[in-house]
Amino acid sequence: MTGHHADRTVRSPRRTGLALLSVCAVLSVPLLSACTENVQASSGPDGNPRAMSVQATDAGCTVSTDTAPSGNLTFSVTNGGSKVTEFYLLASDGLRILGEVENIGPGLSRDLVLTAPPGSYFTACKPGMVGDGIRSAFAVSDSGEALTPAGTDSQLVETANKNYAAYVKDQTEQLVSKTDAFTAAYVAGDVAKARALYPETRVHWERIETVAESFGDLDPKMDLREADLEPGQKWTGWHRIEKDLWPARAKGYTALTKAERKTYAADLVKNTATLESKVRTLTFTADQIANGSRGLLDEVATGKVTGEEEYWSRTDLWDFQANVDGARVGFEGLRPVLKQQDASLDTEIDEGFTSLQKLLDQHRSGDGFVSYDKLTKAEVKSLSDAVNALAEPLSRLTAAVV
Amino acid sequence: MHPDPSSAPDLAVPDHDAATVLEASAPTRQASQSGVSRRGLLGVAGAGAVGVGAGLASGLGIGTRESSAAQPAADVQSYPFYGEHQAGIVTPAQDRLHFAAFDMVSEDRADLISLLQDWTAAAARMTQGRDAGPFGATSGPYDAPPDDTGEALGLPPSKLTITFGLGPSLFRLAGQDRYGIAERQPAALRRLPHFPGDNLDADRSDGDLCIQACSDDPQVAVHAVRNLARIAFGRAALRWSQLGFGRTSSTSTTQATARNLFGFKDGTMNLKAEEPSLLEQHVWVPAGNARESWLTGGSYLVARRINMTIETWDRQPLREQERVIGRSKAEGAPLSGGGEFSQPDFHLTGSGEQPLIASNAHVRLTHPDNNGGAQMLRRGYNFVDGSNGLGRMDAGLFFLAYVKDPRTHYIPVQTKIARGDGLSEYLQHTGSGLFAVPPGAASGGYVGQALFA
Repeated sequence: MTGHHADRTVRSPRRTGLALLSVCAVLSVPLLSACTENVQASSGPDGNPRAMSVQATDAGCTVSTDTAPSGNLTFSVTNGGSKVTEFYLLASDGLRILGEVENIGPGLSRDLVLTAPPGSYFTACKPGMVGDGIRSAFAVSDSGEALTPAGTDSQLVETANKNYAAYVKDQTEQLVSKTDAFTAAYVAGDVAKARALYPETRVHWERIETVAESFGDLDPKMDLREADLEPGQKWTGWHRIEKDLWPARAKGYTALTKAERKTYAADLVKNTATLESKVRTLTFTADQIANGSRGLLDEVATGKVTGEEEYWSRTDLWDFQANVDGARVGFEGLRPVLKQQDASLDTEIDEGFTSLQKLLDQHRSGDGFVSYDKLTKAEVKSLSDAVNALAEPLSRLTAAVV
Repeated sequence: MHPDPSSAPDLAVPDHDAATVLEASAPTRQASQSGVSRRGLLGVAGAGAVGVGAGLASGLGIGTRESSAAQPAADVQSYPFYGEHQAGIVTPAQDRLHFAAFDMVSEDRADLISLLQDWTAAAARMTQGRDAGPFGATSGPYDAPPDDTGEALGLPPSKLTITFGLGPSLFRLAGQDRYGIAERQPAALRRLPHFPGDNLDADRSDGDLCIQACSDDPQVAVHAVRNLARIAFGRAALRWSQLGFGRTSSTSTTQATARNLFGFKDGTMNLKAEEPSLLEQHVWVPAGNARESWLTGGSYLVARRINMTIETWDRQPLREQERVIGRSKAEGAPLSGGGEFSQPDFHLTGSGEQPLIASNAHVRLTHPDNNGGAQMLRRGYNFVDGSNGLGRMDAGLFFLAYVKDPRTHYIPVQTKIARGDGLSEYLQHTGSGLFAVPPGAASGGYVGQALFA
């Protein structure tokens, strides 16, 4: 409650002491005592003992106080020097990092927000981002509040990272073999089989879409939609073939020749192989997994729920499900960490996935899904609402697990 | 081009002014039965008391002009309509916008000319806080509809500017030269090309003519477009229009940088009224060949309706938001350091030898240094047009930019943004138009007159 940004009465990009004082002034009676306590213990710039300001320069690192009560601490770091700087809160051994903000350009400010249990710490500024930094002792007193564990359990994080890397690798391998089967049917002119294999194969791409997209040069070659082309750019990849298989919405379309089909198919197979080789050695961090999970939901929101991704085949719901699958795998892997850090967020996200899945299941048909065309406006709206409902708590996952 | 380069062009009030001329030949608002004079409500020193002419732009008395020509007056309420350039370009960006595109419905050259004349006369009146027609909203024959619609009665001029533009289709529509002006179509006035990711709605794009009405009061801006549309009936019909509720650009150093719907300051590097030599270099069409001479001193207006997926954006970590823009959200300072107006250092690296301003950051891709020096005068507005059926806002930025040549100053930059800008992930262009904006009209003349000479 103390110093919550949303409580500020004046909209200013940086917090002001004045605004925080006014928060206490308008609090109702039952909370008044808490305010009084805080003010008495106050040593921070805002009258909030857990809000510290840090003036970092090329030669100095002045923290507004050297002690704070345990709980959610905010260090507002301003770089008054001429070098790029970093700020750390280190454990008493001077090695373990509780939290850091890096890449603070000269003149800029950035917050480090973390939860610190009682104990001895060091603050450190690192002008020029080299060396041990300018350190000072920092003490956290026992506020008596129950805290979530400091930092994340490194063992749990490591397991999550390993499992996620294995998942990405597995999906890519399935993508390779299914792409082979799909392109073979397509080149052979077996339209029915190619159409059936198209969404099934793309599922493996869509599950790891945010990873695949991280290879900037590969994604446009494999997954570009026609509307994304720039003048003169050659269109290749999945959607080029998609249009050829489902030309119904294309005006005056001329089907590709067998030789052309061969070329596009071979190109897709080659690029998929490149993707596989790049993915094989990838490693992940918790924030990458969490951001990737959120990113997959973003993909659903921008391209799938709107029916823009599979313009020709109308198989958007397959991609929708695959994005959700990938997001869920990322989330599930991080759950042991999240449960320790923020159990209610864990529940909220879990329920969001469950509700969204229930809705998606209503549109199943056989092994897959109905065509996007079959959805009514109201059905699209309820899917979109469910995506928003899940994406909002999911967007808080990264900050909770790093 | 400017006789006095230190003067803010729109504010260089000619000694005579439009309203004085019109006043002499038309019934005045004071003569109306309503007794409500919009001009009488200016509420600034000099209005009414000194006389009609001085009541315009009342903060700019003759003495003011001579003593501090470069300083826009803080309390200016109206801007002159007639002048070297059309108002509404370097005029300090007003708070609200109503933009409208029209298609001609008449194929008669005389109708096009008379429309431009009538629009000019009405715009000259309305920008000075007067009614659209000579009788006004509450006078004239009792059995005739009033020649002004009336919703601006009692409102001050509210800094209204009305800026007219001519689209490529006016010159040539499906190969047809409807008005005998095809041979004077500038080479740069062509429909903008398809940019990657464009999802243009034909009902929100193009047009034979356009009107940009800007004002600090939305009702005044809407009043202007409504009355001009009414005047056009039978000659031109409304094709599409767009409201903007908040400016996202500052076009004068006297203005603070506004924020767009991403919550970031927008247009920090914008061209400003106080930079006449840069305006010559980037905004005003220079004298060129005979075919395009009618546009000398004019400009090109690029209009793009850019939807923002604000719900998705709002879920991005602050780290990601700042990375994508390349500036801090608080101050708008480049991530390489400094304050809002510091030049970004694209080479400065942080941890892992990665540049502090990411390779696909918006500020990097759009910076003049990375675009052959090209700059635009942006004049965009935030919009929210209700919701979109997906439980999200139909929101974004109605981008307006004035450039001297879209082929060098817009198309290459937008191509780059569409292809590689991290911001494009949260944007979708849904409307587009390009218009030639003729130079300002002289008192007694009309906008675009030189085209028909």
